[in-house]
Amino acid sequence: MTVLPHFEIMAGHEALYDMAPARKLQRKLDVRADPPAVKWAIIALTVAFLGIFIVVPLINVFAQAFAKGVRVYLAALADPDALAAIRLTVVVAFSAVVANGVFGLTAAWAIAKFDFRGKNFLITLIDLPFSVSPVIAGLVFVLLFGLQGFAGPWLAAHDIKIVFAVPGIILATIFVTFPFIVRELIPLMQEQGTEEEEAALSLGASGLTTFFRVTLPNVKWALLYGVLICNARAMGEFGAVSVVSGHIRGETNTMPLHIEALYEGYQSAPAFAVASLLALLALVTLVAKTALEKRTNKG
Amino acid sequence: MSATAALPRRRRVIPGFGITLGATVLWLSLIVLIPLAALFLKASELSLGEFFAILASRRVLHALQLSFSLSLAAAAVNLVFGMLVVWALVRYRFPGRRLLDAIVDIPFALPTAVAGIALTNLYAESGWFGGLLARIGIEVAFTPLGIFVALVFIGLPFVVRTVQPVLEDLEKELEEAAASLGASRFTIVRRVVLPSIVPALLTGFALAFARALGEYGSVIFIAGNLPNVSEIAPLLIVIRLQEFRYADASAIAVVMLVAAFLLLFIINALQRWSEARTGRRL
Repeated sequence: MTVLPHFEIMAGHEALYDMAPARKLQRKLDVRADPPAVKWAIIALTVAFLGIFIVVPLINVFAQAFAKGVRVYLAALADPDALAAIRLTVVVAFSAVVANGVFGLTAAWAIAKFDFRGKNFLITLIDLPFSVSPVIAGLVFVLLFGLQGFAGPWLAAHDIKIVFAVPGIILATIFVTFPFIVRELIPLMQEQGTEEEEAALSLGASGLTTFFRVTLPNVKWALLYGVLICNARAMGEFGAVSVVSGHIRGETNTMPLHIEALYEGYQSAPAFAVASLLALLALVTLVAKTALEKRTNKG
Repeated sequence: MSATAALPRRRRVIPGFGITLGATVLWLSLIVLIPLAALFLKASELSLGEFFAILASRRVLHALQLSFSLSLAAAAVNLVFGMLVVWALVRYRFPGRRLLDAIVDIPFALPTAVAGIALTNLYAESGWFGGLLARIGIEVAFTPLGIFVALVFIGLPFVVRTVQPVLEDLEKELEEAAASLGASRFTIVRRVVLPSIVPALLTGFALAFARALGEYGSVIFIAGNLPNVSEIAPLLIVIRLQEFRYADASAIAVVMLVAAFLLLFIINALQRWSEARTGRRL
């Protein structure tokens, strides 16, 4: 509070004496300062580009969701097929997070705590799903488990359904989110080294105790970060899931597939209503991610 | 060689190497490697002649051409505008800068189907942008131009997020030295700043291109999906699969996958180049 009057004096001071030449001089001294015209032109282009390509489409999701009123919006979300889609999405995302979380911790332990031949090659293989088109991620499971697929006849004989059913959706989702958690853990665990684990072990702790009491607390924020982005991608995955889902309303439709079914059926407002939930999830994920980045000093 | 000398001792202290590496390789094989191998196995059932006959059909050729050319164009736009965005975010201080910085990540976070219907609605003739553009005779939704718009949207964060840390770390002394030697601002940017960030720019470009090539969700709503006009390769894979023409689907998928792996190889090389030039890991 005491700073304010002082600040006002400063402002008055500036008004009294023309500071423009001083500012110009300062700009000349800072070699990185661009001419103001260039600076503001670049900022204006940035705002226009991000506004047109990102902000307006995002606002449009919510505008269209409420275009037919709040009642249509709520009815779209309370629809039994929508609720089934939300339930399935949660189950699929949870399965993917658990599978990739356990795998991430296991793989990061082997890769970060030990030296072995072919480590970089192994990391490249783990990264592979990043560069595979979602459609191909779905296709490979149809080729394996579909009726005409390699294991198809055997599965049919034993009455096991994988593709065009929930297990296929989960498998495809695990595939596309495969590297998300482990990629957050490896660099951190490598940086932390093995001293703390060695100390715990030399004091008589078992391997598992060391992992749960020393390693896990050390990487918990990175793990949470990985879980967050893995979950967001798993809930929003469309291409891979679309290929392996049977598109049965209320049964094998996740939220993105339900949105597609509604939109293709010319039910725009209900489609955008369900879409607004996923958009909200994206925004919450971004905010949480930013908060975590501050905590882990990332980015 | 000191690393190998330390190896046996360390392995004795920290337990679980065998079991964790074994589980890692097993799970990786089950989820990723065997499924991908199944694709190549399926494609190998075709003779070389059959394989190329599928690819040379008019519809497949057009879809591949469309996917590659539009992805390239979208990545190029992202390269130019991504550079502008990075420059504004790193070099200037202005109100709302942090918010803009956060907005860049939205295409990463927003599910592709949501982006797809939002863009389609926006650029359809009844939409906010579509109505305006229709007046000057430009159709976006349900044309290849619509595909391009969707690909620009999803590729946007890649250039920004790869170049941003490199430009942030660029030492001020380099520019000061150039200025003290009498170089103009334009010359400094062109001859000092730009060469340091070229590897990162190319990495971002390649990442955006790779992402656009495989993109499906945000494109199919806005594309119109007319064979030989606005049908992308990933969609044609899905269509062939629905027709139970698995071999055809596999042949197209193999081309896309090989392209993706080549890009991955190029991106890795670019990242090594960038590390060598700036001493910073991307």
